[in-house]
Amino acid sequence: MSSLAAAPATDLLAVLQARFPAAVARPSGDHPAFNLPMAEVPAALLLLRDEHGYDLLIDVTAVDWDVEASPRFSVVWHLLSSTAHGYVRLVADCVSDAEPTAPSVVSLWAGANWHERETFDLMGIQFTDHPDLRRILMWDGYPFHPLRKDFPLAGIETPLPDLEVADLTKASVLPAPMMGGPFVASSGEMNLTEAEPRAKDESWNERSAKPAVL
Amino acid sequence: MPTDYAFPDSAAKTANAIEAPEFQTEKMSLSMGPSHPSTHGVLRLQLELDGEIVTGCDPVLGYLHRGDEKIAENMTYNQFVPYTDRLDYLAPLANNVAYACAVERLAKLEVPERCQAIRVICSEMARVSAHLLGLGAYGIDVGAWAIFLYTFTEREKLYKLFEELTGARFTTSYTRIGGVARDVPEGWVEKVDAFCDQFLPILENILNLLTRNKIFIDRTQGVGVISKADALAYGLTGPNLRGSGVPLDLRKDKPYSGYERYEFDVAIGAHGDCFDRYMVRGEEMRQSVRIIKQAIKSFPKGDWYAKDAVRIFAPRKDKVLTSMEELINNFMITTEGPQMPAGEVYFEAEVPKGALGFFIVSKGGGVPYRMKIRSPSFCNLSILPKVCQGNLVSDVVSILGSLDFVMGECDR
Repeated sequence: MSSLAAAPATDLLAVLQARFPAAVARPSGDHPAFNLPMAEVPAALLLLRDEHGYDLLIDVTAVDWDVEASPRFSVVWHLLSSTAHGYVRLVADCVSDAEPTAPSVVSLWAGANWHERETFDLMGIQFTDHPDLRRILMWDGYPFHPLRKDFPLAGIETPLPDLEVADLTKASVLPAPMMGGPFVASSGEMNLTEAEPRAKDESWNERSAKPAVL
Repeated sequence: MPTDYAFPDSAAKTANAIEAPEFQTEKMSLSMGPSHPSTHGVLRLQLELDGEIVTGCDPVLGYLHRGDEKIAENMTYNQFVPYTDRLDYLAPLANNVAYACAVERLAKLEVPERCQAIRVICSEMARVSAHLLGLGAYGIDVGAWAIFLYTFTEREKLYKLFEELTGARFTTSYTRIGGVARDVPEGWVEKVDAFCDQFLPILENILNLLTRNKIFIDRTQGVGVISKADALAYGLTGPNLRGSGVPLDLRKDKPYSGYERYEFDVAIGAHGDCFDRYMVRGEEMRQSVRIIKQAIKSFPKGDWYAKDAVRIFAPRKDKVLTSMEELINNFMITTEGPQMPAGEVYFEAEVPKGALGFFIVSKGGGVPYRMKIRSPSFCNLSILPKVCQGNLVSDVVSILGSLDFVMGECDR
């Protein structure tokens, strides 16, 4: 691994554009950031790791830009150089809005495994060629991806993970109640949406029914 | 018997070697946790055993998942501060500071030097208290009960100081975007100084109980070795990364909150085993005390919150009740949240467990559009399947303790 100093943003852009002409700088509040086509991300990460010293994959995550937005999902990678101590951010839009996919980088960093599992679990991004793409924070068989913008804050009622137990006990997993939840408002006559304009999740409240399906 | 993995531990190697080939062995599946004392919270390890040797390890997470990232998208920046207490609940002050610094990075806001010094003192006190607990619990894990009693006595003194500063022992919620909740009380800084003075000799006593303890050395040296390359590949940070010999400390390398003003050394390990990680934490406590003493010595006078940031930091209460402008600002900050520009930032701070990162996507206003919390415990634990393989079951306990994770932060 090279111990080259992390190049400043403009140089990195030139480096990336030499290999990947589609790379463009991305507006960022702090670190150098670049947009890339999804397919070129693994090669770009490899280039940054092996030739520019960005040897730590700090984070993999995704952003849901809105239910109607297209492209709806972007996947975000953050790299850190353990020698030159600079960060770089790569962002790629998922081609499909309905079934977002991204290439897995577990072969480059073993630590990407859990990050990608988490992104799949909470955001529903399918990482192709991931060795073991299972849910990690929610339980196996959970039907939703909670960090998507169309998932209500208060959750959706789902059956228990173990169907035998659910049959026996007639239990199910209940969403957290809104009263006493993050937006505690007066428990008087005013309903939550009126009392708490910041509660963006207006799909249901104490007085109107929960959505049956997402 | 499959030997496609190395035996990092000599005891495991011996156990494997003496096993006569005529014995037909069967793999056993053992569920360790989620409420096992050594899993420090609710972590479940699905172990696959061949006799006493671990041949496979699959950590099962999520027992403490609360959806903090989803919650963050639905509340103002200041409202989320209490949730950061509950990430690494052993060092809430350090999380408060990391979160406030991340949001201030988004606002491109510099807080005054006094506020920075308060935050540094808080972070380092939190580091000492977190490492004291980690050390005490680690002692229990490997059979040294007395350590726990000594470290908890010291930790209690720290919690008294936290209570005096923030009003709470554990859930401190001390920082606000653009400052802290209140200035340090009178005489508090001197009390911290006095604590540091009496703490150093006690720390030496505590560490002496372990560092040359034959049983402790046998349980930790050469166990759970993480190579430099593995540590980087799995994204370890904090003492676990430095224990493997990578001198990466964000306080030194990406200074924030005025850390560049203080002198301290970054401890690194040589072998990357459990003992090295223990040694790194021990030295970090000494260095933390060093930083606190410097910060106290040069404790700046002046403002303890960003005075110019009127759309971000709520005005003082006496002003709110007497001046129209402040009343409006107070109302807007409370209802709409501190006003942030649109943009994307990623900020990491060196908390006791490693690098705690916040990736904030803002579309402007007082609520983040997306906030990803990069938790160090989550990344540190991801190496477990690799590092447990080929060890004895009892070494798993030793490895878990040496990684010093907190599930509240791992599961978020």
